[in-house]
Amino acid sequence: MKYLGLIWAALYRKPLRSLLTLASIFVAFLLFGMLQSVSVAFSQGIDFSGVDRLIVAPKYSIIDPLPEKHVFAVQAVSGVERVAHRSWFGGVYQDSSQFFPRWPVPVESFLAIYPEYLLSDTEKQAFINTRTGAVLGRPLAEAYNLKLGDKIPLIADIWPNKDNVGWEFDLVGIYDVADSSVDSEQMFINFEFFDEYRQWGQGTVGTIVVKINDPDQSAAIAAEIDRLFANSPAETKTTTEKAYNQMFAKQVGDIGLIMTGILSAVFFTILLLTGNTMAQAIRERIPELAILKTIGFSNMSVLMIVLSESLLIVLVGSLPGLLLAGFLLEGLRESVSLFNGVELSGLILAQGLGLACLMAFVVGLPPALRAMRLNIVDALGDHL
Amino acid sequence: MADRWSLFRRSIVTGTLIEIETLAKDYYRGKVVIPVLSDISLQIEQGDFLALMGPSGSGKTTLLNLIGGLDTPTLGSISVGGERIDKLGQGQLATWRSRNVGFVFQFYNLLPVLSAEKNVELPLLLTNLSRRERKKRALAALAVVGLQDRASHRPTELSGGQEQRVAIARAIVSDPGLLVCDEPTGDLDRTTADEILELLQLLNRDYGKTIVMVTHDPKAADHANHCLYLDKGSLTGSQAL
Repeated sequence: MKYLGLIWAALYRKPLRSLLTLASIFVAFLLFGMLQSVSVAFSQGIDFSGVDRLIVAPKYSIIDPLPEKHVFAVQAVSGVERVAHRSWFGGVYQDSSQFFPRWPVPVESFLAIYPEYLLSDTEKQAFINTRTGAVLGRPLAEAYNLKLGDKIPLIADIWPNKDNVGWEFDLVGIYDVADSSVDSEQMFINFEFFDEYRQWGQGTVGTIVVKINDPDQSAAIAAEIDRLFANSPAETKTTTEKAYNQMFAKQVGDIGLIMTGILSAVFFTILLLTGNTMAQAIRERIPELAILKTIGFSNMSVLMIVLSESLLIVLVGSLPGLLLAGFLLEGLRESVSLFNGVELSGLILAQGLGLACLMAFVVGLPPALRAMRLNIVDALGDHL
Repeated sequence: MADRWSLFRRSIVTGTLIEIETLAKDYYRGKVVIPVLSDISLQIEQGDFLALMGPSGSGKTTLLNLIGGLDTPTLGSISVGGERIDKLGQGQLATWRSRNVGFVFQFYNLLPVLSAEKNVELPLLLTNLSRRERKKRALAALAVVGLQDRASHRPTELSGGQEQRVAIARAIVSDPGLLVCDEPTGDLDRTTADEILELLQLLNRDYGKTIVMVTHDPKAADHANHCLYLDKGSLTGSQAL
């Protein structure tokens, strides 16, 4: 502890170099905190606790359709309060770069299950009563300068219609959202019209949304629903919305492997950078280290001082990085639904600090050994 | 102020402090043996101020390093205060140096990131003294060299002479009986050099420090009590001043 002032002072030797090194370590551990949290969230099991909405999806692939009759069967399951469904429309608006999700839904039941999509009563009635009706989130309507009554033409990609022409919907409502974690950049379409007018796939839906009476029964109800369709041509996997969203994101690839790949590249680079900086810093200070040994610091003390300097610089850089990752994830959780449940846990924080210590040891050991083995007479040779 | 100064004032003890017998030191460049010192025998009395003089390459600094426990001899023995330091291992030598020797170098060798006070305090980090006591002693040592008002200044904010004074304060802060000085005025102008040499004389005369000083400068040597001459690794003469 009494060496702390001596160790801390090393940071001020070359302030710019220290600052740049700290910045690179900071960024590396910021990335670690965020990516590792995402990776862990995507690899953990499904937590049904306190959940009152479930998603019934095809068991084997999200592009497989479910028969619409499953909806009625699910409605009959004990503990289920209400059922709706949604399907992936795809389509192109103006050009393919202007993407936002479009979902054909049974209007009345869907809005009842999702009260967080806020529509006026007039707009809600218009959506229910207009077969070609569609509603958009306010940010989308503003971005495309769309107002009530406008036509929204969509080019079909997955679902051509019976006339094999472009789809056209009437904008009958612009919804707001109850809080920032709800996705406001979606378009909802009247399922009834979509189902009748599409060329094929009538009587099928994408996923079923289930509102249950008692959140404590969510796991049991999910199991019951899947049991209902076991060994049928359209088996299901019932899960929470959070787990479903993550499953959806996993279509991109193995999230854990991608995160590990990115982190490995980042840390390898930081290891080389910090290792080089440490080695250079110690090389410049050989006479000073020789003086410490001259006045009686033991070889082991000098080794520990250099290792402690390495630990200090890595901890000063990594701890704020990890803490900022925690704050950013908190913000993302509130504004992006996909990040729901992604958090910097105590375990990840501990892993981060452990990694920081390991990094400090790896980059600090070679210069520390050099300092320890320093021959005083040789080191001071140029100065004596 | 008197109390501070008294921290480093010791009663003058007489007798032999350093005893060197048939000392030799060889260096190796690959397989080639380079003899630097041979057959050196001498005694240095407690409280002496000894100047080591001789041409470059005569072995002055090597002898000083051996006396200060920075290096070990190839042959012969060195006793300091009755302790055979040539028999000590590296770790034991480090501990011995911290308790018994203060070092002053030509280029001061202060740590640039530390204040004068913190530089002086460095040897005390090896003791069990409290932080408060360490600070008190560091300031007292700075007072001895006349730099108590520069305690918070970094080496870059001091002149060469002031830096050397801080180095001397560092050398005496743990109150060693022996000071080894290698060309302590080699990097200073005449006036500043004289001030430093007077300070060393003060430490020798009033504080009872035994001083062994390597110098090329006859005027610097004039401040010592005795002068030993080396040439080609051997003692060639001595002179009482």
